[in-house]
Amino acid sequence: MGPGEGGHQAQAGSPALTAVAPDPAAPLDLSGDGPRLVAGRCSDCAAHTFPLRERCPTCGGAVERTLLPPRGTLWTWTTQGFEPKPPYVPEDGEFVPFAVGYVEFPGYLRVEGRLTEADPARLQIGMPMEVVALRRGELVTYAFAPIDEDST
Amino acid sequence: MSVEIAIVGAGIHPFGRHDGVSAMAMGVHAARAALADAGLAWAAMQFAYGGSEDGGNADTMVADLGPTGLPFVNVRNGCATGGSSLVSAVQALRAGTFEVGLVVGFDKHPRGAFQNDPADWSLPAWYGEVGLMVTTQFFGAKLQRYMHDHDIPERTLAQVAEKAFANGSLTPHAWRRRPLSVDEILGSQLLAHPLTQYMLCSPGEGAAALVVCRRDYLEHVPNARPVWLRSVSFRTRRAGSFEVFSPSLGLEIAPSPTVDAAHEAFEAAGIGPEEVEVAQVQDTESGAELIHLAECGLCEHGEQVELYETGATKIGGRLPVNTDGGCLANGEPVGASGLRQVYEVVTQLRGEAGERQVPNGPRVGFTQVYGAPGVSACTVLST
Repeated sequence: MGPGEGGHQAQAGSPALTAVAPDPAAPLDLSGDGPRLVAGRCSDCAAHTFPLRERCPTCGGAVERTLLPPRGTLWTWTTQGFEPKPPYVPEDGEFVPFAVGYVEFPGYLRVEGRLTEADPARLQIGMPMEVVALRRGELVTYAFAPIDEDST
Repeated sequence: MSVEIAIVGAGIHPFGRHDGVSAMAMGVHAARAALADAGLAWAAMQFAYGGSEDGGNADTMVADLGPTGLPFVNVRNGCATGGSSLVSAVQALRAGTFEVGLVVGFDKHPRGAFQNDPADWSLPAWYGEVGLMVTTQFFGAKLQRYMHDHDIPERTLAQVAEKAFANGSLTPHAWRRRPLSVDEILGSQLLAHPLTQYMLCSPGEGAAALVVCRRDYLEHVPNARPVWLRSVSFRTRRAGSFEVFSPSLGLEIAPSPTVDAAHEAFEAAGIGPEEVEVAQVQDTESGAELIHLAECGLCEHGEQVELYETGATKIGGRLPVNTDGGCLANGEPVGASGLRQVYEVVTQLRGEAGERQVPNGPRVGFTQVYGAPGVSACTVLST
């Protein structure tokens, strides 16, 4: 039985009888000049959420879609020295350790993600980072890259 | 004054890897050991609470222990399974529903790191697919920031593990019983910077059980050497605390549930952290022990460097911590881990810890268990 064929749909205009699944849309917006993270802002308490959720986890209020700034700073980080178990989707070839971290977007929140730099000697709390697209096979998601100060 | 609760029986099945032995069999072994310790028969138990994460339904133990008809509640609450069982037991005893009962925790996990499905944690699929669904990342990231904020060197992390394996070598039921040097620990494989292989505990196998009763039941306990459970507190995270599997964090970090649970446990016991003479805290990895000591109020943030340089947390030190080697030397069968801590403090306060006995008759002990997705249970115990 497909959608719309059952007997339990809400009538148009009436409250949904079932929970509304959150939009599983990618956490990344590639429609503008550069990649941006898709977050939410609560219209009641102004708290930010990532990933975008239907309701504010702090107060339960309605959430509006908002884009985070393209740049932030590295708040903390660590490395992934062994290949994760599924649901991790491995890349082709031998596993190469990678780094992950939280990037702080002042005025918004801190977001966790993979880093493009995996060498501990080149990672430092407080360093500037930017959002980049991370393509792995069919999966397109985001990562954070150190900003090369010389080229900007 | 509320009803006083005594621990009158404590039993353990050795932790580690036991091929061919089921988690349930280990649980039954621990339950029998706790009953024998108290000198009570299974038929005397008025209730049982317990469980495991991966080891099956605790209540089916009656097939081995005896189907006496008692109410046996299965508890499955991750790393707080033991703590939740104990809290529930204490509440039932204080309410006057029962006089005596058994609490049991056991587990048996597959080798390697824990494996989690994002859907079970209200997270989107991409979070797991890109490789963020790994608990060690949380430990490394929280610790990296903590060491930055409180000026803690990597050497202190190695000293935590060095102490754990030294204590484990003295503990008959521990898994890892070979002492390791600071250099060996620092030189092992880097798994989650700054954490190396020997600074992280492994999921494992084991079981622990306790017999608990009201003070007015003590006359019925043949082998009573009661240790008093002065308080037990169980809390979950508040908005803004930094927990495992967090795709984002607010700019203001709230105190962890450990801070709340420890504060509540000390308040309820009427005993302060400065009175603790033996402590068991969650050491999923070296840094967790450091952070939890401060979160529980057992030291100041940053004071850990001096505590570990001077040996204050060793057996014989001012504040002996994880005297059985903790999770690092015992591994972490999550259903059993919290009760192992209480077993150890009971054994120490009774003066029955053998080679690893804290000297001079400790009278006050403390335990703290912590786990995903932000749960903590603490106990204060005394002679």
